[in-house]
Amino acid sequence: MPARPAPKVFTKFREVQEELGKSGAAIFRDAAGVESLIIDSPYSIRYIHSYAEDTPFFLGLAQGKLMGSKCTGCGFVYATPRGHCMECGEPTNWLELPKEGRVHSWTTCQFGSEAFLKDTPYNLCLVEFEGAGSLLLARLKDCVQDDIWVGMPVVAKFDPKPKYSITDVWFVPKK
Amino acid sequence: MVTGGVTKFAKAHPAMDFRLMVKKAYDAALSEIPNLTKDRIDGTRISYFSDHFTRQLKAASMVQDYLGMNPKGSIRLEWGGATGGEGFQAAYEAVASGRMDTVLAAGFETMSRVQTWKGNEFIALASDTNYDFPLGGFYTGYYALMVVRHIHEYIRKTRFAHIKDEREAQRLAITEGSRIMSLVSVKNHLNALHNPYAQYPKRLTVEDVLKSEMISYPLTREQICTMSDGAAVAVLCTAERAKEFTDKPVEIIGVGTGTDTMRLADRPFGKVPLLPHESAKDYENLDYPGVHSFRAGRAAGREAFAMAGITDPKKELDFIELHDAYASSEIQTYEDLGLCRYGEGYGFTESGAPFLKGFRYPFPTPKAGEIPVNPSGGLIACGHPVGATGLMQAVFAFWQLQGTIDKHFGDPTLQIRGAKRGAIHSHAGTGSAVTVSVLQRGF
Repeated sequence: MPARPAPKVFTKFREVQEELGKSGAAIFRDAAGVESLIIDSPYSIRYIHSYAEDTPFFLGLAQGKLMGSKCTGCGFVYATPRGHCMECGEPTNWLELPKEGRVHSWTTCQFGSEAFLKDTPYNLCLVEFEGAGSLLLARLKDCVQDDIWVGMPVVAKFDPKPKYSITDVWFVPKK
Repeated sequence: MVTGGVTKFAKAHPAMDFRLMVKKAYDAALSEIPNLTKDRIDGTRISYFSDHFTRQLKAASMVQDYLGMNPKGSIRLEWGGATGGEGFQAAYEAVASGRMDTVLAAGFETMSRVQTWKGNEFIALASDTNYDFPLGGFYTGYYALMVVRHIHEYIRKTRFAHIKDEREAQRLAITEGSRIMSLVSVKNHLNALHNPYAQYPKRLTVEDVLKSEMISYPLTREQICTMSDGAAVAVLCTAERAKEFTDKPVEIIGVGTGTDTMRLADRPFGKVPLLPHESAKDYENLDYPGVHSFRAGRAAGREAFAMAGITDPKKELDFIELHDAYASSEIQTYEDLGLCRYGEGYGFTESGAPFLKGFRYPFPTPKAGEIPVNPSGGLIACGHPVGATGLMQAVFAFWQLQGTIDKHFGDPTLQIRGAKRGAIHSHAGTGSAVTVSVLQRGF
């Protein structure tokens, strides 16, 4: 006598996925009649992630500061900090960026990867700052798709309960 | 290149794991050349993108094993979306360096093993996980950021330069850009109706594309490729050996690669690296690449075309299979590869130049046939099992140059008559790495 009854057979792959959530196993029968056993196989992991040379940026966000970096060799200012300059290879120094900038480009996302579906729709923008040669990618809040335009002035806002993530800062339209 | 093989790309192939998919593509390739047997293959180059999808590290070893290739030499390649293109060039280098006479390049991806939005997460892990990923983990969002700026540079500032209201002008420009991107989507889906290997052949109208679900403004579902399961292989060898295997070999006459910053935010605002048929005057007021163009694609094209002795790619190539993961990136790539000047991609699309001649599209294509792009249907319609995609392009290009499209597709419609020379183009995450290879009829 079998210890476990045979899994249910499905001809639609989507139904297989639903069944895995219920019983943990299913059989998919394809158009040629070939049957394949499919099982649920979860996987989770907790990383010990160091921000390493980017540490001051993330500590800065928690203090309500946007930290960029400036090359000690050529003076190039990076809005997304880099430990070393990509032009001349010299180390950079930390430097506080202005809290205001302009939208260089933008989009409104109706989807995202699994962990961010709960946030949809959300806006992304690349921000340009006076005096910086590169950009910063961030969420753009307090506005909807129809409100946003390239060149729009924006202001940084900081999470009062910082999580040491890039999402601790976001931008809103300047009033 | 003496032979190639492709599995039909599909949303899922539950009855085949990655080893069996590669084996089927390999058997198909070898079945074309009776005297090309396993003992004639000196080694392999195996490409797949994501260990997350396989959840089986050293999956390339298992492919090597399943094909019975042990103990021959093998190297695994991974380079984001350009993984297949890199695998192809790695095989080329193994032969060109004199290390091997005959090499198998094999690539695969099994993306159906997770749900779509988890799959998007795995793909987005190929963006900076400190600064970019936590904002949404969404590649379509990154490409939308790029095309919004591309439209700003090349439609807002030209076609709508006369409109004073900035916001109104930008809206009109995006509407215009969306319409033109849809022409690309219609083209690739329609071409694919004649390609039995394609995952999503469809007869669409511009309206259908625009009305399909909005994914990341302004990119709609029909302007974006899907996830796929699939495998593809190519066999490369020396010119000497090729004569023993086939009377219809295809030469690889140029290879190029290029790179750019992982983060869009770090892309420079500098000068355009010119192709021979361009002049610095063409781009006097252009900050390049910014986030609107792919400097890696330009660099790869420059290297490959220089090696192949090509000075004007539109005139000297008969077709291109390029990496249209998004309809937007197909238009951006026309410019990178010098099919038109930077800024002319939208007009070039509307002219019909990248469309097939004598093919019925639901809108006028007066210059059709000038340089057909993605005659196979491209990634948008064929699917994009990442590690196989660049090799799929190589196989389709190989069949075009052999003149064997009818034999392989069971339909002669997509055969470009007299095709002598074509290029393939494989592109990784937001343009952070690109390969271009130029193939030429060798008989």
